[in-house]
Amino acid sequence: MSVLEFTALVWTGSLVAGLLGSLTGLGGGVVLVPLLTLLFKVDIRYAIGASLVSVIATSSGAAAAYVKEGFSNIRIGMFLEIATTLGAIVGAFLATKVSASSIAVIFGVTLLYSAFLSRRPRTKQEREVPPDPLATRLRMNGSFPDAGGMRSYNVQSVPTGFSLMFGAGALSGLLGIGSGAVKVLAMDQAMKIPFKVSTTTSNFMIGVTAAASAGIYLNRGYIDPGLAMPVMLGVLIGSLLGARILVEAETKWLRLLFSLVIALLGAEMVYKALTGRI
Amino acid sequence: MHLGQSWTDQKMEETIGNLLRAGVLLSASVVLAGGVIYLIRHGHSSADYRVFRGEPTDLKTLRGICGSAFKLSGRGIIQLGLLLLIATPVARVAFSVWGFAAEHDRMYVVFTLIVLAILLLSLAGFAGPG
Repeated sequence: MSVLEFTALVWTGSLVAGLLGSLTGLGGGVVLVPLLTLLFKVDIRYAIGASLVSVIATSSGAAAAYVKEGFSNIRIGMFLEIATTLGAIVGAFLATKVSASSIAVIFGVTLLYSAFLSRRPRTKQEREVPPDPLATRLRMNGSFPDAGGMRSYNVQSVPTGFSLMFGAGALSGLLGIGSGAVKVLAMDQAMKIPFKVSTTTSNFMIGVTAAASAGIYLNRGYIDPGLAMPVMLGVLIGSLLGARILVEAETKWLRLLFSLVIALLGAEMVYKALTGRI
Repeated sequence: MHLGQSWTDQKMEETIGNLLRAGVLLSASVVLAGGVIYLIRHGHSSADYRVFRGEPTDLKTLRGICGSAFKLSGRGIIQLGLLLLIATPVARVAFSVWGFAAEHDRMYVVFTLIVLAILLLSLAGFAGPG
């Protein structure tokens, strides 16, 4: 395949991944690496490098919109970024030590788990929790715009959330994904932060987390410009398009379909890695 | 949360939003420009990413990337655009240090400085001899 054909195909694939990822809220990065390794036969290390770069682009692009709407909590985000950036550095170093097939197995299992998480029902919006002393000291409790005006919320279990965030960072650094699913899990489930605030704050944090490991990937020669160029431009345009045509009612089936695709890709990655083909 | 604080918070968030948007737009344009040069020059060579070789020094160190971008190498310019992209969230964190300082929120100035230090340490490993 010529460079021109390869670039055009990878760009189209990344655009679709970015579009679906943004429409379903599941993130495009998660299908990029399997797409590149399984379909385009790209070495998983190059694929992870390119995916990491696209994750920074979509996170920064989308966060620009969310931050202005007033949903994301910059204090929660900044405090938890201490954990995610440290985790990201550990993950990036692990990526240089672990074999390509082990990374593929971990990747596949992560995909299967994200598919499972995406099928779980969302937490009810009406959740009243008492203020927690540590969270109050850290000034994390906040408010967000709701149908009936501003609604305030309290934050719980800061240490648990912090540890989960370290894990999310490590996963992001190791696999070159945003690991938004784990970040939302930590904030929504453990820290009892409202779902909308959790997802937007998670998005806000993803770029900083990915930047912490991107330097290491670049330095190790994992980021190839010829591959990263179509991936980054494709995912960025796809996710911006997705944000424009977001229609809540229509995304239910799309979410189901996309999580099935994620599960299938995960199973195939584990299978190929275990049979020695990655 | 009193009124003064929420006002500066909102202003800070708006500035952060604009900063992120500008960074992404700038880096995407640089990557696109480099991509066009790269495709014009190498579009007909064959693409093969099956075997991992690692990038050459002039595409993985700060000095190497700036040098090859200055020589108008397509791959060098793309890599420079990607560096700008990686710098965008770092700039956001650096700006937040100033923002929290303006709110006299010392605790969050310290937290933000910790995040900034971690990011710069990671990038220093990149800028130094790899």
